[in-house]
Amino acid sequence: MKPINRLLGFLGSFIRQALVISATLLSLFPVYFMIVSAFKNRFEYIEDKWGFPKSFNLVNFSTAFAGEKFFIRFANSTILTVGSVLISLFVACLAAYAFARLEFRGKRTLFNIILSLMVVPPVVMIVPLFVSMVRWKLVNTYHGTILIYTGLLLPFSIYLMTNFFRTIPREIIEAARIDGCSSLGIFWSIMMPLSAPALITLIVVNALWVWNELLIALVFMQKDELKTLMVGIAALRSRNYVDIPATMAGLLIATIPIVIVYMFGQRYFIRGLTGGAVK
Amino acid sequence: MSSLATQRYKLSRKIEPLLFLAPALIIIGFIFAYPIVRLTVLSFQRPFQGQMLFVGFTNFKAIFKDEVFLRAALNNLTLLICVPIMVFFALILAIFLFDRIRGWQFYRTTLFLPYLLPITVVGLIFSYIFQLSGVLNDFLKAIGLDMFVFDWLGSTKLALPTLMFVIVWKEVGFGIILFLARLMSVEEELFDAAKIDGANWWRLQFHITIPQLATTIEFFTIISIITILSWVFGYVYVMTGGGPGNATMVTELFIYQTGFRYNQMNIASAVSVILLLVTGIFIFLELRLRERSVALEEIP
Repeated sequence: MKPINRLLGFLGSFIRQALVISATLLSLFPVYFMIVSAFKNRFEYIEDKWGFPKSFNLVNFSTAFAGEKFFIRFANSTILTVGSVLISLFVACLAAYAFARLEFRGKRTLFNIILSLMVVPPVVMIVPLFVSMVRWKLVNTYHGTILIYTGLLLPFSIYLMTNFFRTIPREIIEAARIDGCSSLGIFWSIMMPLSAPALITLIVVNALWVWNELLIALVFMQKDELKTLMVGIAALRSRNYVDIPATMAGLLIATIPIVIVYMFGQRYFIRGLTGGAVK
Repeated sequence: MSSLATQRYKLSRKIEPLLFLAPALIIIGFIFAYPIVRLTVLSFQRPFQGQMLFVGFTNFKAIFKDEVFLRAALNNLTLLICVPIMVFFALILAIFLFDRIRGWQFYRTTLFLPYLLPITVVGLIFSYIFQLSGVLNDFLKAIGLDMFVFDWLGSTKLALPTLMFVIVWKEVGFGIILFLARLMSVEEELFDAAKIDGANWWRLQFHITIPQLATTIEFFTIISIITILSWVFGYVYVMTGGGPGNATMVTELFIYQTGFRYNQMNIASAVSVILLLVTGIFIFLELRLRERSVALEEIP
């Protein structure tokens, strides 16, 4: 190799490293800022915003837990997330089985319609939904909001599960059918157990989506004792006086479940997101 | 007897798909289909003495004269500048990671982290970073760049660009992961063959990497356009509330405010109809892209 090429190669890898490292620092800084601020007291925060905390006090966490009905908000978010993720999972799997392994007229068209719903923004539905939900007395109820989230999760879930079910060999199903297994039996005892990886993917992706969602929660859970964690957090912004370190402690607690889910399911999560995209 | 059994079997095979589909179709009907029909009806009505009256295009005419709405639409269009920026950075970073630079797996995890965090949390952290007495300005003062100390989210000129920075910061990770996943599914031989032929780094990118990524780039572009047009509510609501003035008003916030703060459901519906039509174009494009790429793989 000519020396000039070696120099270029070295320069190339240096530039690449430098760029990737700056991007990484940039993407980590807000998280770092949140964590260090959560352990500072207010005076320390004002004096030195980006340095390490000197005292590592935990007062902020108790302030965060005490204020703003933190536990209730946390519980509300959990109820909505668990409820809608489980129901949508079940409903989507049934539909996906029909799309993947049963024959019926208009299958392709119906599937395409559901696919297109995947990216329809919820914001266009909230006005008419709100009008109907008021009439059906479903505003400010857990089951009403769970119903909305379930509906919004369905298109993506059906798409992902249909694609996965298609990869399960037809021979297994035919063999079971010859043995006298009904469609429901095949669904329960063959398709579902074989789909564990896809199911985990779906749970991780959907749970994060519902946990992080703001607009629906804002409109349909207005009563103070029904507000979700994200709505509670968003409300902090409009305050005139804010205890920033205590707020950061609260944000940190709200983020921890997400980080845990991501740590456990990173592989599945990435597979789910890229699986929802064009190959 | 046996013919009756076959008949029954045939019937059950016909009804069966419907039973599997029914729960999903009912919920989708309630959450998507009915609201969209209802929305269209509402957008042509106005309340009058406790009743809904058909008023033709009155609502639509009204919103196109509404300065706040026009401002919101213009802001959404301005935010589209984020799309090429996101594609560019996602592409570069994905290519660098794919070159397997040292520690690429760690970088992949960290670069993807912003995409996971709730917009609400991110928005709040950034609003403290960009405050007049925030960490960014403190830092600028510390390194002697006092002339760049601004009220980033509080000035009419800077609020929208600052918002754009946060949107790009958060959404770019999705692009990186998409591109990287696609690159990893390309056969290694393709790259090896080109390297044996003596192609340098640039030729490799322009002749193999980018053509292989074409569909994925197209997909990410369409998804990002849809995101910018109709999924930025959280950023704006948390960081600026549409202000200062209406400098960062966007269509979604306009729908939310007219519908739920000012109780003008019909105006909000008309805006929603327009938003649905505009995003509809891109939803259609996305669907066609998906069909095209699915057709290449497995035909159901």
